[in-house]
Amino acid sequence: MTDANTLMVEKYRNSFLKEVEANVEEGDWVRMCMQCGVCAGSCPLGPHWAHPPQEIFMMIRAGKREEVLTSDSMWMCTSCYNCIVRCPRELPITHIMHGLANYAHRLGIAPKMNPTRRFAKIFWDNIASSGRVNELTLSIKLYFMDGIASGIKKGLEMMGVGLGLVKTGRLNPLGLISHSGVKDTKGLHAMLKKAKEIEDKRKGLA
Amino acid sequence: MAKKEYSFYPGCSSERKASASNYLVSVETISKTLDFKLNEIPDWNCCGASIGYAEGGELPRHAMNARNIALSEKHNAGQDIVATCAACWLGTKETHERLSKSSQLLADTKEALKEAGLDLDYKGEVPIRHMVEVLIEDYGYEELGKPVKKPLEGIKIAGYVGCQTNRPFGVAGESFENPKYLDKLTETMGAEPVESYDQKVTCCGGALAFSEPEKSQVQIKKIIESAYDHGAEMIVTPCPVCQMNVEVYQDQINKKYNTKFKIPVTYYSQLMAVAYGSSAKEAGLNGNIVRATRLEEIASKK
Repeated sequence: MTDANTLMVEKYRNSFLKEVEANVEEGDWVRMCMQCGVCAGSCPLGPHWAHPPQEIFMMIRAGKREEVLTSDSMWMCTSCYNCIVRCPRELPITHIMHGLANYAHRLGIAPKMNPTRRFAKIFWDNIASSGRVNELTLSIKLYFMDGIASGIKKGLEMMGVGLGLVKTGRLNPLGLISHSGVKDTKGLHAMLKKAKEIEDKRKGLA
Repeated sequence: MAKKEYSFYPGCSSERKASASNYLVSVETISKTLDFKLNEIPDWNCCGASIGYAEGGELPRHAMNARNIALSEKHNAGQDIVATCAACWLGTKETHERLSKSSQLLADTKEALKEAGLDLDYKGEVPIRHMVEVLIEDYGYEELGKPVKKPLEGIKIAGYVGCQTNRPFGVAGESFENPKYLDKLTETMGAEPVESYDQKVTCCGGALAFSEPEKSQVQIKKIIESAYDHGAEMIVTPCPVCQMNVEVYQDQINKKYNTKFKIPVTYYSQLMAVAYGSSAKEAGLNGNIVRATRLEEIASKK
């Protein structure tokens, strides 16, 4: 178990709901769910969720901390916002799912090999370093995340797509050596560092 | 009428040699016809997109968007912020809304912005708009129809609205389940909208097309199949991720499901550029992997 996780288990010993309300983005909405299941039926990747959103909400209220935070369910969210606009109680479900995924990841107990978790980390690191997406390095890092051999295999599978994009001027083959990020990277990095510090402090993680 | 000016947030995918560079080309072309000016926000950064939340968290993500808003309010004072990318628009608008509702989050964000020297520049007073809102609200369909020189007669087009220009904010006056603005724009350009297209708001998988390709391609297949089933020859969309996902995986889907998909997927702005009499290049049609031959033919006519 990670230190951050142990800290939170001890702090909120009796109430996972309180922990979610305090530490998860939009988590104070969780108690508003009335279990109708419209979110589950509206999700494009619904069949792939081990626990659909309304079940997650009930599990949070029932204190099933480990089952929720180690689940890969939230990582199936495509950010389509269908659940938000259809929820009769107007819960910001998409954001709560993002918040739970982020919190589990921050505590180090999210499913290690989940591809969306891994891709999301690669993506954020990509934009946080230069301020703008470098599509070439983003794709290469994604395809090679399981090592050279599988990277070459995935690279070959994606060759047609990549060449199509290069030919139509929509992918920079020189992206490894030339990429224009923001000019004020120093300010951007300092800003992100400060934002993370404040967020960790607010959540008692610092 | 005075020339309209906007503070422009192009976003990462619109950069030169990025995946939606042709979208930007077509938008610049119609901006000349419709006589509006896009003043790029100096030194803008990524919005965090739909996948940035997992590692980025809440405050760092809002700080990214707030930095763009602050830069805009500092350099392009008084101008509405306009994004062409659906995710950029959504991310910026979400931050703008969240900060207006929470004084704590606003104070924290400003503390972070101070590190980038911008804490005093964030006011949060300007509206955050998508390009289609500008077209519909500041011009209107009738006005947008006036410069049409080459109506796109006889082309049947499926208006694939997708998610992020539609939910959770959407375009004023449209429903989440059956938004009609793309159909209306298509019709205004003289083409024939496929109004019975029933997958117009289906998710293409978004960023999960990268991390969960099999699951996302099932979505993409539905979106394309329905377009064909309802007689469409082309798909039109307002979102760079929708455009890319629905266009570039057609070969892979064909291999896997034994289909024969080869349907062009263009931006609304490309239709407009062609209808306004611009060349194929000015409409960014050379950026389409599945060539939009019907549009190319019209563009090459004198």
